[in-house]
Amino acid sequence: MTAADAKLTAFVRTKGRVRRPATIAVLCGLSAALLLTVLLAATVGAAGIPLSRLPAALGLSAADPGNSFAARDQLILWSIRIPRIAIAAMIGGMLGAAGAIMQGLFRNPLADPALVGVSSGGAFAAAGAIVISDSRFAHYVAFLQPFLLPLAAFIGSLLTTIILYRISSRSGRTSIALFLLAGIAIAAIANAGIGLLVFIADDRQLRDITFWLLGSLSGATWSKAATIAPMLALGLIGMLFTSRGLDVLILGESEAFHSGVDVERLKRICIVLVSVMTGAAVSVCGVIGFVGIVVPHLLRLMIGPGHRLLLPASVGLGASLLVGADTLARTIVAPAEMPIGILTAAVGAPIFLLILLRQRGLVGL
Amino acid sequence: MADTPVLIASGISLTIGQATLLNHVDLAIMSGEMIAIVGPNGAGKSTLLRLLSADLRASRGAITLKGRDLHSWSPAELAMRRAMLSQHVSVSFPFTVEEVVQMGRGNLPLASAQSLVDAAIDEVGLGDFRHRELPTLSGGEQQRAHFARILVQLACGEAAHGPGILLLDEPTSSLDLRHQIELVEISRQRARSGTAVIAVLHDLNLAVRFADRIIVMRSGAVAAEGTPSETITSDVIRRVFDIDVAVARTDDGAPYLLPQMMQQIATSTSVTG
Repeated sequence: MTAADAKLTAFVRTKGRVRRPATIAVLCGLSAALLLTVLLAATVGAAGIPLSRLPAALGLSAADPGNSFAARDQLILWSIRIPRIAIAAMIGGMLGAAGAIMQGLFRNPLADPALVGVSSGGAFAAAGAIVISDSRFAHYVAFLQPFLLPLAAFIGSLLTTIILYRISSRSGRTSIALFLLAGIAIAAIANAGIGLLVFIADDRQLRDITFWLLGSLSGATWSKAATIAPMLALGLIGMLFTSRGLDVLILGESEAFHSGVDVERLKRICIVLVSVMTGAAVSVCGVIGFVGIVVPHLLRLMIGPGHRLLLPASVGLGASLLVGADTLARTIVAPAEMPIGILTAAVGAPIFLLILLRQRGLVGL
Repeated sequence: MADTPVLIASGISLTIGQATLLNHVDLAIMSGEMIAIVGPNGAGKSTLLRLLSADLRASRGAITLKGRDLHSWSPAELAMRRAMLSQHVSVSFPFTVEEVVQMGRGNLPLASAQSLVDAAIDEVGLGDFRHRELPTLSGGEQQRAHFARILVQLACGEAAHGPGILLLDEPTSSLDLRHQIELVEISRQRARSGTAVIAVLHDLNLAVRFADRIIVMRSGAVAAEGTPSETITSDVIRRVFDIDVAVARTDDGAPYLLPQMMQQIATSTSVTG
């Protein structure tokens, strides 16, 4: 061994040692971050509620007699701001988790429900549901209200995910290039479908579709929150059964099978979970991109790729991120509101490019 | 259990479309036995191993593991009784060596498997690399990490259900000489405690050192089978690999190939003729 070789060996030995933070520290940190963003989101807005008036507005303490804002604060907080925060947190959590599960399923850190057309597929189906529920066929679907939109978005997302998986996987291996390109094509088809629906929609339907497609959370209500809460619960429960399997699946489908994972069952669960959570998010606020790619990527850098911690952490960070982004969206151009999709894309797209550049060799495009 | 084979394959064939990848292969392995499968590229060695691991399903014939049809075991039950190291495993996410080896424990809680994980990492000599991310390691180091993962899986299964089988698909393809020998020794140690080991190997000298029995394959069928002395002969090698080779004997009678004496048959006939 030459001196240069010895130097290289020594360098290689000390380089790249990874220390993972303790699980409990990660979960505490993420909870604290979520709590802080929620507090911030509750106090900031077109009508500000300073921190000192928050307990009274929440009904936690008796209102200060000199506080003439108490009634107004309470109304804003309970009927506008809290449902909105709750929905933002739930959607952020679901998008983060859906991204993490999808990346595990496709063994590919570039997978994101919005990027590869899964959200568009859901949006297409949901837009279709808006048109149908306002047409002469309305009475056929009336019994499904208020679940019509989430259900349609779920079915659209599910079909898209299945098609995508069929196209890009062959004998247990997933081609990353094929996957991304197929995703672009599927997104294009879904967007063409949405365009067609916009074209044939009458004025009222058009307003509904457009308003919803903009991806704003301004229409948040308690009933919408109640509609998607069960889907989040389903996602959280489902995660418990997928984390070990997803870890081993990263090694390949054969290896996962060899180490005792029922691969077909795992894939079915993952596809349903991704579709339920993406569909729920899409049904409330249209297509919000990049949360699913940014959140798991940042987390993998900090806590590693193990899904047992990555999945719940993605829910936590996704929730904080979207609550924060929504707060920004409704204050940055106040009194107007910026569509939240613009914000997440502005932050997410550069991060996506960064991952792409780092993985250039791996992707083999 | 000592008298009945752990794994029996009877008359298995695999046909995909027009191509017959495997044609009527019989194989039985006893507990504690070590079998090497050798043969030229495309002879069906990996296909045979994938059939034995239940990865693929035979078009004809049957395989039984511990007296039960191979495909009647659930994936989880199967994983507790056979461990398989595949040829190429690529990991695109930054799992550390330790995390990858821990994956071998299956559904066991981490606390009860950690000592097995530590032992396996030390056994394959990756102690220094325990906290390194797998994608940053060399091909050989990655291969050893996966071998350690398989050892953990085997140990967890054997602790619960007794000796299992260990299937290795070209486990030494990226390893240097020392680690090739080490891998063979580790496998032999497992065989001594009852594990049945089947390995696809390219290096015939390593196969001789490795195996109690060698199966030589060609064109999807078994061309020769027996002890190293019976199978590694210049006659068999000429027939199967189309090369002339000098086979010498070590002091204890084991055959070994002299690479410098190898010649393609076509060349040698033109010289002699």
